[in-house]
Amino acid sequence: MKYELVAGFETHVELATNTKIFCSCTTQFGGEPNTHCCPICIGLPGTLPKLNKRVVEYAIRAGLATNCEIAEISKMDRKNYCYPDLPKAYQISQYDKPLCEHGYIQLSNGRKIRILRIHIEEDAGKLVHRRGDTLVDYNRGGVPLIEIVTEPDFRSVDEAKEYVEKLQSIMRYIGVSDCKMQEGSMRCDVNISVRPEGSEKLGTRTEIKNMNSITFIAKAMEYEYGRQVDLLESGEKVIQETLRYDDVSNTTSSMRGKEDANDYRYFRDPDLVTINVPRKMVEEIKESLPELPEQKKERYTDELGLPEADALLLTKYRRIAEYFEKAIEGTKTPKTAANFIIGQIFRTVETESEKEQFDVSVSAENLNELIKLLDSGKIRMNLAKSTLDKMLETGKKAAELISESDMGGLDEGALDELCRQAVENNPKAVSDYLAGKEKAVKAMVGFVMKNSRGKADAALAEQKIIAMIKNPG
Amino acid sequence: MIAKLHDRLVKKEISCKELTQEYIAAAQRDNAELNAYVTLTPETALETAEKVDEKIAAGKEISLLEGIPMTLKDNISTDGIRTTCCSKILEDYTPIYDATVWKILKSQNSVLLGKTNMDEFAMGSSCETSYFGGAKNPHDTGYVAGGSSGGVASAVGGNIAVYGLGSDTGGSIRQPASFCGIVGMKPTYGAVSRFGLIAYASSLDQIGPITTNVEDAAIVYDAISEYDSMDSTSQGRQGAPTRDTLGNDIRGMKIGIAREYLEGIRDDVRAAMEEAIEVYKSLGAQIVYFDLPSLKYALPVYYIIACAEASSNLGRYDGIRYGYKADNYRDVNDMIKKTRSTGFGEEVKRRILLGTYVLSSGYYDAYYKKAQNLRGTIVQSFRNAFEVCDVILAPTVPMTAFENGHAVSDPVETYLTDICTVPVNICGLPGISVPCGSDSKGMPIGMQLIGNSFCEAKILNAAWQYENAAGKFKAAVFGVKL
Repeated sequence: MKYELVAGFETHVELATNTKIFCSCTTQFGGEPNTHCCPICIGLPGTLPKLNKRVVEYAIRAGLATNCEIAEISKMDRKNYCYPDLPKAYQISQYDKPLCEHGYIQLSNGRKIRILRIHIEEDAGKLVHRRGDTLVDYNRGGVPLIEIVTEPDFRSVDEAKEYVEKLQSIMRYIGVSDCKMQEGSMRCDVNISVRPEGSEKLGTRTEIKNMNSITFIAKAMEYEYGRQVDLLESGEKVIQETLRYDDVSNTTSSMRGKEDANDYRYFRDPDLVTINVPRKMVEEIKESLPELPEQKKERYTDELGLPEADALLLTKYRRIAEYFEKAIEGTKTPKTAANFIIGQIFRTVETESEKEQFDVSVSAENLNELIKLLDSGKIRMNLAKSTLDKMLETGKKAAELISESDMGGLDEGALDELCRQAVENNPKAVSDYLAGKEKAVKAMVGFVMKNSRGKADAALAEQKIIAMIKNPG
Repeated sequence: MIAKLHDRLVKKEISCKELTQEYIAAAQRDNAELNAYVTLTPETALETAEKVDEKIAAGKEISLLEGIPMTLKDNISTDGIRTTCCSKILEDYTPIYDATVWKILKSQNSVLLGKTNMDEFAMGSSCETSYFGGAKNPHDTGYVAGGSSGGVASAVGGNIAVYGLGSDTGGSIRQPASFCGIVGMKPTYGAVSRFGLIAYASSLDQIGPITTNVEDAAIVYDAISEYDSMDSTSQGRQGAPTRDTLGNDIRGMKIGIAREYLEGIRDDVRAAMEEAIEVYKSLGAQIVYFDLPSLKYALPVYYIIACAEASSNLGRYDGIRYGYKADNYRDVNDMIKKTRSTGFGEEVKRRILLGTYVLSSGYYDAYYKKAQNLRGTIVQSFRNAFEVCDVILAPTVPMTAFENGHAVSDPVETYLTDICTVPVNICGLPGISVPCGSDSKGMPIGMQLIGNSFCEAKILNAAWQYENAAGKFKAAVFGVKL
C-alpha cells in the first residue's frame, strides 16, 4: 500500500525588537549569562509585565505578510508549567484570541499552506549543563516570539522545505526577524502522520520538537514517515507522542507520551489589559510593508524579462534584491546585471548567511557605473567582465581600473590595421582556415582582442579577418 | 492625626527625630505583645528623620507625609529591606527594587518603622497563617488583629505607627481595620499601582491606607494614587485630591442598603448598622433600600478566582533563584517539590491546590469559567445599584474579632466571614471601613461604605461626615501617647 505524508508546522520566530516583550532589557543574542535581565524578566515577586507595542506591530507585519486576518481585540494568557528556565512558572502567551488568524503561504506547485494562527509570547531562558551542574541563563527569557501554526497541509518533505525557506525569506524581508536557525531565532516543531493514499481520515500524529535546521527537518520527517509506515505495515499502531530528533543517529526518540502531556491551565493574564488593534494601525502597517519575495519574483520575470531561475536567486534575500535593483537603475538590460551578480559576484559569497548579509566588495553603485559604461559602448563585455573581477579583488571603482585609452571603441582604421597584423603574423592559422578548419580564425580574433586590450568588437574583427583571408591584398 | 503631627513638626514643637524615637521605642516595647512588626528598621527610620529635621531647620517646606512614622505590610517590596510575605519560603528574601507606592512615599521622606505582619501571602482573615505567628488585637490581645493586613491594623490601632499601607484582595484592609477599630480603605482597582506588591490574586489585589481616622486615609490615598506606567492596569486617581472634598454637605446623598448585606449578621453588628443609618438620616442623607440577589454568588466566585490566580502567581517559588530551598533532594523536580511542600504553610497549599483544580482541563468550565461569568453578573448588579444610590452602606464583617486560634480551626467558617468584603474586590470598587461601635466585650464593630469606581471622594466624605457626627474611635492601651 502507498502512504501519504500529512504534516503541519509550528514555527517559533524571535522578533528583532530592540527590547524584550515585557521589560526594557536588550534582546541581543549571547552576552555574559544573566546580564540581559531585570527584576521583571526574571519574575521577581511583585513585578508586572508591560507589553512592548513594537512586538504587536511586528506580529501584525508577519500576519499581513502571510495573508492573515488581524484581530481587532486580542489578549494575553498564562500558560502554566514548571521548568527551571521559566522564572514565573508560566509563560505569557496567547490562547484563544491570537493576534493573527486564517492566512496562507503559497508554494511553487500552486498549493496553499493555510496558516491557522500567529500569536505572540515570551521566550524562556536556557539551561546550561556544565561539570555535572545545571545552570540557568535568563538572557533569552522574555525575548519576544511569534508562533506561526499551520494547518496539516503538507503532503511532502519538499513542500515542508520550501515552506520553511519561504517563511524565513518573508520574515527577513519584512524585517521582523533574522530567522537564524543556528542561533535559535527560528525553531520548528513538526506534526506528522501518515495515511493510506486516497484516505480522508487523518492518522495518529507524532510531534517532533525544536528543530533548528532545514536539513534536519527534512531528514527527521523522512525518518519519521518511514517509521510510521513500517509500524502500520507490520500491523502496529502509531502512538501519539512528542519526539526529539537526533541528528547524529538520524532517528527520533520519545520525549513524552500523550498521558504525560502538560495541562497548561491557560487563563487570561490579569496583569495585562486587552489589546485593541485599531484598523488605522493595521492599514499603516500594511502600507509600510515592502514588496515581498513572491511579488518581486513575478515583477522580475514579467516586467524585467528575467528567467525564472535568475529571479528566484535574486529575490531570495532582501539585500540581494535591493542590490540588484540599485545596480540596474538607469541601465538598459537588467539581464546584464543579473548575469554579473549570479555569475561573478555570487562566487565571493559562498554560504547562505553570507548571501543574506551580501556584504560584497563591489557596491551596487559601482556595479551600476560599470554597466552604464557597457551600455554606452565605451567598453565591451569582455573588458567589463575582467574589470568586474578586478573590482571584486580590489574594491576599486571601474573608472579607476580602466584607463582613458581603454575607453571608447576602436575606430574602424585601427581595427583594420590590427586585423591585417593578425593575418600577417599567423600564417599557420591562415592556411588551416583555408584548409577548412574554420575554428582557426579564433586564434586571429584572439590576437586582435589581446592587442586592442579588449576594446575591439570581436564579431566585427572576425568578419574582417575572414574577408582579408578570402580576398588577400 | 497626620495633619496634627505635621503641624507640630513644622512649628518645631517636636523634632522628627524625637517623634521617630518615640515610635521606635513604643514599637520595640509593644511588639512583644502585639506581634505587629516582623522586621523593624530603626536605623533607616532615624536617618530619614534627620533628613526631615535638616529640611525643617533650613526653612524648607515639607509635605504632609514627610517625617510621619509609618509602616508597610510585608508584601510590599522594599529595596534592601527583607520582604517575606510572612512565609517561610521568602523568610530571607530581600528585594532589589522598590514597589511604586513605597517609591512615592520614600521620595516624600516617609519614616518607615518596619514591615508588618500578615497572613502568609495575604491568605487568611486572622493573620494567624503568618509564618511568624499572628498579630494581636490592640484592644485585647486575646483576640486576633484580623487579616490579612493584621500587622498594619495592629500597629496603627496600637499606635506604634501613625499609618500603614495594607493590601486588600477580599477584605484584607477593611476587615482588620474593622477588628482593630480604625479606618481602612481599599481603593478602586487601578487607582493605586500594584507594581512591587507581591501578588496573591492579581485581578483583585489593591493597596490602600490603614489609618486612625478618615482624614488620614484621604491624605495617604491622595499621595499614593498616582498613575504608574509600570502597571498596565494602573489608572491613578480620577479627579481632585479627595481631602479637599471632606466636609462637603451630604444632604440629599442617597445611601443604599442592600437587604442581603444585613442577612445573617450578628445582632450587635446589625444594631450598630441601624444606629449608623439613623446618623446618616440626621445628616440629611436619603436612605434607599434595594435587593442584591447576586450577592450570594460572591463568596464562591471570589474563592475560585482568587485561588486560580494564586496557583499561578505562586508557581515561581521553586527554590531556584531566591528564597527558601529544601535540603536533601535527588534532582531538580524533587528539590522543587520538597521546597514547596515545606516552604508553604497549610492555608497557602490549600489555596494553590484549589486554584490548580479549578483551572484543570475538565474542571475549568464548571468552575473557573462559571465564576468568571458570575463575576460579570455581580459587576452588573452593582452597576444597577449605583443607578439608585450614591454609596452603599454595609457591615464590614458580620461579627467582631475572632478569639486567637478560632479562625485556623475552621477554615470554611472563616471563609464565610468574608461575605461582606469580597464583592468590592470582585467588582473592583472602592470600599472603606469605619468604626461604628463595639460589642459587649468592647471589641470594635466596623461599617463599610462602598462607592462606584473611582468615587473614593464620595465614600471618604460620607465616612468623614459619620465620623464627625458620631465618632466611634476608641484609642487602644498601647503605643505612643503624645
